[in-house]
Formats: sequence, structure tokens, C-alpha cells
Amino acid sequence: MPISLQVNGERVEANVLPRVNLADFLREHLKLTGTHVGCEHGVCGACTVRVNGEIVRSCLMLAVQTNGTSVETIEGISDSGEIADLQAAFRDRNALQCGFCTPGMLMAAQDLLQQKREPGRDEIREHLSGNYCRCTGYQAIIDAVESTARARMGRTP
Amino acid sequence: MKAAAFAYARATSVANALDLLAAHGDRAKVLSGGQSLMPAMNLRLISPELIVDIGELTELRGITVRGDVLVIGALTRHVELLKSPDIAAHAPLLVDAVAHVAHPAIRNRGTLGGSLAHADPASELPACMLALDATIIVRGPGGERRIAAEEFFTGIYETALAPQELLVAIELPVAKKGSVHFFHEFARRHGDYAIAGLAAQASIDGGRFAGLRLGFFAVGDRPLLANAATRLTGVEVSAAVLTEACAALDAELDPQEDQQASPEMRRHLARVLLKRGVAALLGRPELGAGATT
Repeated sequence: MPISLQVNGERVEANVLPRVNLADFLREHLKLTGTHVGCEHGVCGACTVRVNGEIVRSCLMLAVQTNGTSVETIEGISDSGEIADLQAAFRDRNALQCGFCTPGMLMAAQDLLQQKREPGRDEIREHLSGNYCRCTGYQAIIDAVESTARARMGRTP
Repeated sequence: MKAAAFAYARATSVANALDLLAAHGDRAKVLSGGQSLMPAMNLRLISPELIVDIGELTELRGITVRGDVLVIGALTRHVELLKSPDIAAHAPLLVDAVAHVAHPAIRNRGTLGGSLAHADPASELPACMLALDATIIVRGPGGERRIAAEEFFTGIYETALAPQELLVAIELPVAKKGSVHFFHEFARRHGDYAIAGLAAQASIDGGRFAGLRLGFFAVGDRPLLANAATRLTGVEVSAAVLTEACAALDAELDPQEDQQASPEMRRHLARVLLKRGVAALLGRPELGAGATT
């Protein structure tokens, strides 16, 4: 099937088999391997990307369904500098170890920070509840998101 | 795992989708948000020959109020239910329920119609349809059918929907002034499958239930509209009346065993939910106090 979409602001035209999901399309066809594939059934959150500005599981969406949409991956929002402060906070707070979950965590955390300027720890926890991390025990991730929110409000973290 | 190969058709209209379903019957599967269908395909639990993608049928989207009826298009996503002022005003039970459905990234894709057609017995929205006395509108080769929610869910992942039919919308009576609702579920972790849950809608007159609809989920092979509600309606609810209602509820339940809970545990949790729900709806916390048995 022919598809035409935007990926990180660039026009992409491709021919894909219907069975190819968006995660595999990004990784295998476009070599954007920052989007990780964990469980492949929507549980772990490692494959989280944005489609038309909203976060989705790229393993639960077919590439053919993205025809006419705008897709943003971790490469896009990292290169643009949109989440530079969030990434720095993750590093400073030791909010990652192996890094497998990190692209999905950053996607979900930035989604929350766009919707809510100063979320409480419970709200952060709730918004990230669909993203698994097997290294950090989550506390440091919550810390990083909380301090980024505070810094963006112009307060000291 | 990856989904097995399939053919793909992007429906251009409801009529076109119905033509495709008529030609392919149960070898085809309708793709709406895909948040239940895609996992099942990736796990190779199902391998449809044809996927009929209805995602671009804008005629199936949207929430409208027509007089005292709320009409919700089948493709309305969970996130849209959560944010809609019309839903908040006229069916606030749905707002509480949707907050328990999976996680934000899933709620951005999953649809009301998809959830109902999938009919997972642990799912929140089917039980809400029972509590809210919804009518489910389906279209097929023979035209439109209107199915009461109570008749729609027939078993685990089974509904009254025929393979040639498409769920197009649901209709709900607008919540009356003075009506109250309750939603709670027990789950290992927020967003996980419920172990037991209750969606309830009630009207109260003079401290008594004038109407009470109790939609239990994850306690059987389909959502249950509990007859136990009749024992609580039109009477002064005392602790003894509530205990009788719990016994009546117990007799209606047929819980399944799975890795999350035994049938006995589900029966216990259903009774706890009934007590806490009735206490919350009537604003009488003493009825739910110590609701552990």
C-alpha cells in the first residue's frame, strides 16, 4: 500500500505491507531506531510516539493508518531541542539506567507537561503508568519530571 | 510477535464498509482504534484475512445532544469522552469510567464502538452502557437495528452484532436532574484489567432510590445488570436491607477464575462494591463503613 505522511517534519512516501506496524516502519524502513519495541501488544510503552500531536503506541497502529498524518519520534523532539531540559533532568536525576524505556518515558512525560504546567507527583505517576521501567524503580523518573515542570514555571527545582 | 499477513481495505463510507463485510463475513475484522484488535493480532490470537479500516469515516464521530438523548458516534475516542463538556454534563459516569481505561496513549486511539464490539467482560464501558440504559445502533445489509445494551452483550468477546453488521452509534438518555452515579474498580495497578468493578447510575427521592441501575463487570462472562437493585429501590435502605441485597447479588453472579482472582474473591469484591456504591450514592457513609464482608 502506498502511504504519504510527515515524519519529524519531513515528507515521507513509502510502500508498505498492511501488516507492518508503525514501530517497525519507523525502525526498519526509516532507520529511526530511537522508538523501541518491547512487548508488541501495547503494555510496556517503549514504542510511544506522537501522531498528530497525540501520544500513541506505535506497535498498536498500522503504518497504513498513518497515511496523511504527522508522526513525531524521539529523534524529532530531541533534535528540535523541545525536550532538552527534560532530557537533562533525566540525566541529572539518574532517571535512566539501561535506557530502553527512556524514549517512551520522555514522550509520555512531555505529553503531560504540555497538558498540565505543574502536575503533582500522583498525576505524573498516573500519566506514566502505561510505561514500564525495569531499572530505576520510577522514583527518579518522577523526580525528573517534577523538577522539569518546576523549572519551566521559572522556579528552582 | 508480529501480526500475520492480511489484506487491508480503507472504508470510504459506511455503505462501503457494509459491502466489504457482506462480501467477507467473519473472515473480515473491523479496525477502529485498534487498541484491542492489534494486540490480539500481534499475539496471533486472531488472524483475519481482511482488515476493514473504518478510521476515516468521520460520519461515525462526534457527540451530540438531541432533546433528552445523547448520541455518541462509534468512533468517538476515549480521550474525547474524557474531555467532552456534553459527556460531563449529561453522562458524568462515563468520565469517571474512562479515567480507569488503560493509559493516555491507549485512550488517544481506543474508541467507544470498538470497546463495545470487542466486549471484554473486564472492560469498563460495556458495564456503563448497562447502567446508563444505552441503546446500541448497528447497521447491516437489512438496514438499522437498535439493540438494548442488556441484549447486546452475550458472552466473552461475544455480542449480538452479526459479522455483516457495523456498530455505528450509541444513544443514552440524558442524566436527569438530581441523578447520581458511582464508579469504582479493583485492579492490581491503575489502568490494568479490573478484577471486579461497578458502574452505577441512580435517582434519589426523599433519601430512597427511585431508580437504581447497577452494572457490574469482570465478575462473569459479560457485564451484569444486577437485579439486586430492585431490593434497594423504593425502600428505606438499612444495613439489613443492604445485606439482603448482597445475598441476592451473590446468587446472580457467576465469576470466572483467572490468574488475577478466584471466583470467591470476585464474589467478595462485588459485595464490597455494592455496599460502598450504595453508601456513596445515598451519601450515607455508615452503610459502607467496614464493608469488607
